[in-house]
Amino acid sequence: MAEKTKKANPIWAWHKKVLEQNSIMLTGGVLVVVSIGGLVEIAPLFYLDETIEEVEGVRPYSPLALMGRDIYIREGCYTCHSQMVRPLRDEVERYGHYSLAAESMYDRPFQWGSKRTGPDLARVGGKYSDEWHRDHMRDPRSVVPESIMPPYAFLETTPLEVEVVEGRMRALTRLGTPYDELGRLENAVSDVYTQLDPFAADYDGFLERYPGAPVRDFDGNPDMVSELDALIAYLQILGTMVDFSTYEAEADENLR
Amino acid sequence: MADEDKREVDAYSGVDTTGHEWDGIKELDNPLPRWWLWIFYASIAWAVVYMVFMPAVPAPPGFDGHTRGLRDHSERANVAQAMNDLQAQRGPLFDRLQQAADTGGIEAIENDPELLNFALAAGESAFGDNCSTCHGRGAQGAIGYPNLNDDVWLWGGSFEAIRQTLHVGIRWEDNPDTRFSQMPAYGRDGILSREEISAVADHVMALADMIEPTEAGNTTGREIFELQCSACHGVNGLGDQTQGAPNLTDRVWLYGSDEAQIENTIWRGPYGVMPAWEDRLGEETITALAAYVYLLGGGERSAFSEAALDGAHQASEAGR
Repeated sequence: MAEKTKKANPIWAWHKKVLEQNSIMLTGGVLVVVSIGGLVEIAPLFYLDETIEEVEGVRPYSPLALMGRDIYIREGCYTCHSQMVRPLRDEVERYGHYSLAAESMYDRPFQWGSKRTGPDLARVGGKYSDEWHRDHMRDPRSVVPESIMPPYAFLETTPLEVEVVEGRMRALTRLGTPYDELGRLENAVSDVYTQLDPFAADYDGFLERYPGAPVRDFDGNPDMVSELDALIAYLQILGTMVDFSTYEAEADENLR
Repeated sequence: MADEDKREVDAYSGVDTTGHEWDGIKELDNPLPRWWLWIFYASIAWAVVYMVFMPAVPAPPGFDGHTRGLRDHSERANVAQAMNDLQAQRGPLFDRLQQAADTGGIEAIENDPELLNFALAAGESAFGDNCSTCHGRGAQGAIGYPNLNDDVWLWGGSFEAIRQTLHVGIRWEDNPDTRFSQMPAYGRDGILSREEISAVADHVMALADMIEPTEAGNTTGREIFELQCSACHGVNGLGDQTQGAPNLTDRVWLYGSDEAQIENTIWRGPYGVMPAWEDRLGEETITALAAYVYLLGGGERSAFSEAALDGAHQASEAGR
């Protein structure tokens, strides 16, 4: 019954003897095979120019918005909110133009996300008033009764650690974000205060460094720079930077 | 070859063992199931087919681009096509809606059942995506966000006024034409004392017939009201839609009707903001939205439609 029909295949014999029965060789072999996938899929993104579209208007986050982004990450907002409008009709209808790679070129790490418990936030900037954001953070159900988002009322009463922003901008500069241009680093801390005060002395200088940034007191409390100030400043700029009037979505190089 | 020597055939199944042994348990060296193997080979073949037909292979270093594949597939081209198809489907109705709104106002929409249905459907959908977050799913509003079902309007409730508000927003600084006015923060900015604010609140609540007039309200309150408030709200508190000053006598309170809430409103000077929608939504969606909001029930007849109605009335009188 146990008649042996199996021919001894020299390749399989080698495979068995050298790879399967030798854990170091097996680990090495797996590593080689897996990195081929990585190299082919990931490495080209670093040298292909077409990875990031050419657009007008995208600039690094203002210091206040950058701090807000860190709060967004710290509070884990990305676990429920994506920042990626996909190129699908329904999403474009609901949220606006689909997201471009260029829009997250200064995001380290990017906040695309893969799960939406709450709505997508890629284009939430300018969609609601600051006051709505304040009400919503204090008690989400006061404005959206069916919301299951937890309240973040403490942000309003937590002072923002303004001094650390310069260090964070230095770190990002090393990764390639152009904070070393236009005097952005030198004015890092003062720009946080400038963005909160439309009557600040350096208003024009700030807008030269960060064109299009909203300048106002975001949390409605001029006496304190709170974490809510930073978070709303961040949310209000999301998806608003690209000048779509100069972007040709259907140009050949932008179709992918 | 030492491993090979240790191999033995399992007596029960008649299959080779691998030579591995753990506490007396040995591993059979069965071949991979055929169906599994074939699916594996088919996947490899499919990958090759996919590379030929779909965008797949990136350019080597020093070059740019990627192979487009025989199908020249592009998600972005697809969505552009889908949007064009959508536009082709609803574009003619949007054009008709736009034309009706521009020439005949809301009546022209109301008189055309097909257009009316279309405007209501398009408006409802846009309302759900964009407006309900603040104004509520049923447009019922909340403290600080006006109810759009009633006939109380801060900046005008005619079809044209609603359309304009949607276009330019309220106190939306990015839009140069935005509707703008600002009530001073009488308490926070130290213009009035607590007692004075309380007296004005008394006067205002008496104007609305919510409380009996009080001594303080009738003297200090009235005096301050005429000095500070009447320029916008009018001496009788009837408001002024051209500057978004609410009617104070209608007992509809955007920021709450309790005495404490009214005092707080005077103290902080509310600054309600609504975004401008013309860049985000576009002309035709705004027209549909304006019709939807107008027809929620509280729309005000505009001068335009008053004239039209008068004309119709006179015509029917004459015909009698």
